Amino acid sequence: MKLFEATGLSKRFGDQVVLEDITLACDEGELVGIMGPNGAGKTTCFNVLTGRFRPDRGTVRFAGEDITGLAPREIARKGISRSFQIMNLFDDYCALDNVLIATPQVRRQGFNPWRDLDADSTAKDRAAEVLASVGLAGKERAAARSLSYGERRALEIGVALAAEPRMLFLDEPTAGLGAEGTARLTELVAQLRRRLTIMVIEHDMKFLFGLADRISVIHWGQVIAEGTPAQLRQNEWVARSNLGVLA
Amino acid sequence: MHLAAGRAGFFPAPLVLTLGLLLSTPLWIAQVGLYQYLALEIMIWMMFAMGFNLLLGFTGLPSFGHGAYFGIGAYAFGLLQLKVWPNLWFDLLGAVLVAASIGALVGLFISHRRGIYYALLTIAFGQVAWFVANKWHGMTGGEDGLLGIRRLPAEFGVLSFDLAGNNALFFFCLAVFALVLLGLWRLVHSPFGRVLSAIKQNELRASFVGYDVWLYKWLAFTLSTAVAGLAGALFAMAQQSAYPNVMSLQNSGFVVMMVLVGGGLVSFWGPVVGAAFFILARDLLGAYTETWLLWYGLIFMLMVLFKPDGIAGAWQAAMEAWRRRNRSAAASSGEGAAMRMAVARGGADEAV
Repeated sequence: MKLFEATGLSKRFGDQVVLEDITLACDEGELVGIMGPNGAGKTTCFNVLTGRFRPDRGTVRFAGEDITGLAPREIARKGISRSFQIMNLFDDYCALDNVLIATPQVRRQGFNPWRDLDADSTAKDRAAEVLASVGLAGKERAAARSLSYGERRALEIGVALAAEPRMLFLDEPTAGLGAEGTARLTELVAQLRRRLTIMVIEHDMKFLFGLADRISVIHWGQVIAEGTPAQLRQNEWVARSNLGVLA
Repeated sequence: MHLAAGRAGFFPAPLVLTLGLLLSTPLWIAQVGLYQYLALEIMIWMMFAMGFNLLLGFTGLPSFGHGAYFGIGAYAFGLLQLKVWPNLWFDLLGAVLVAASIGALVGLFISHRRGIYYALLTIAFGQVAWFVANKWHGMTGGEDGLLGIRRLPAEFGVLSFDLAGNNALFFFCLAVFALVLLGLWRLVHSPFGRVLSAIKQNELRASFVGYDVWLYKWLAFTLSTAVAGLAGALFAMAQQSAYPNVMSLQNSGFVVMMVLVGGGLVSFWGPVVGAAFFILARDLLGAYTETWLLWYGLIFMLMVLFKPDGIAGAWQAAMEAWRRRNRSAAASSGEGAAMRMAVARGGADEAV
């Protein structure tokens, strides 16, 4: 049984068909990449998979359970976490608080009106560990808004990881990063894939073909090709398309 | 900065200072030409503004119809006293529950919104309450208001304290205010308060890390209306009456101005400062001119233009500048000392 399975997903906004009969699947421990030109429907696909939009047709199953149309918070609680293409952080909070608020320990205490989070060293230690794992050790007290672009990208992943997910969705994690930042992020995702199932949208072909077990190509809201990186290199459409230089 | 930064002490200095200052008013307020009832009124508005700031400052939800819940508390207190059971504890608790229940009901319809739509809905519901208070003569007394509300004694078993005088009522309200202040202080520093602040910063992200954003927004609104109801009940007791005017859009605007001018968006204590500033401005400017609100409005506009973080924000900025100056002075004096030592050492070397 697949850990994650989306079957026949369709989504339209008014007259505009954005997703048409999308089928994607992920085995436990796999890293599946999604590529495609701008406006192909990749982010909408992620939004449907993670509960931001309800699909018009099709089903989404995670760990054998139907999660179609569940709210993002319900999907998050089942063990799916995501990062965003346009960064979504708690900008007024420091890096540590960004991660702290996303941990299940704090979430479970969310309705406790008396506990003092600043006095909770266990939760803070756990949050500091997560920050260190994404390369932000020493930045705990820096305000999220004051971090560099690359550090904010790393924090975005840190917040997703803090929820202790079983599966992670990354939406263009290298967007806007320079060569050095991309290299650091590649190393981070390579580490994460050892313990997590990951689905990642990416334009950087070197990044994607270097890390992914399988890749699906989305164009005009449909999956037009899929396979291992080696198989896709042979795909005529992918080779001819202007999606970037293949690794 | 975010509002609930840092570890929450049980009795933070501003809390002790606020309560100490209020407690000492009977000793000096008459000497400065003011009167005890004014201190009582300021304290009640402080309570209302603090509860309101849980919604505006901490959760980022603009309610422009909050006067309704203040008024509902006032009317509920009066009606329970006049028609059900004239007992202070029963009537106060009843007023809080009625305001919170109506708040909870309204919250059901507005908690999926934010921003301008949220604000407009709160105005609409506020106006409904104001209209009902104005027109339901049989229950509320209409435009004449609900008269004859008594300052009931505070009974503790065999002990009973008469609250008929302004001083006695002031001390009773001060005790209630202290409890509300302490409760809100703990609340905003708890995980619950942190989640509210996270929702204010990024609602989408909060939902994607597993929080039920709607429920938190609903709870924040309900809690805020409960505090407004309590403040309204104490106000009815102080005024010995309840009028539809307290539910008006204008009154709802006053509490927004108190919070913004005081600096409620950057400091927990902002509403305390803002309420005191507003009521004092009303009384002091009002002694000179009937158009005091025009002058207050100008102050408000200048604040928004030049000090949008309010009085508390200006204070924080001044303290930060002072700390920076001290740090750089300490650093430069350290450098000077190091230089003098180096020169002295150089001279010694030359002598050798």
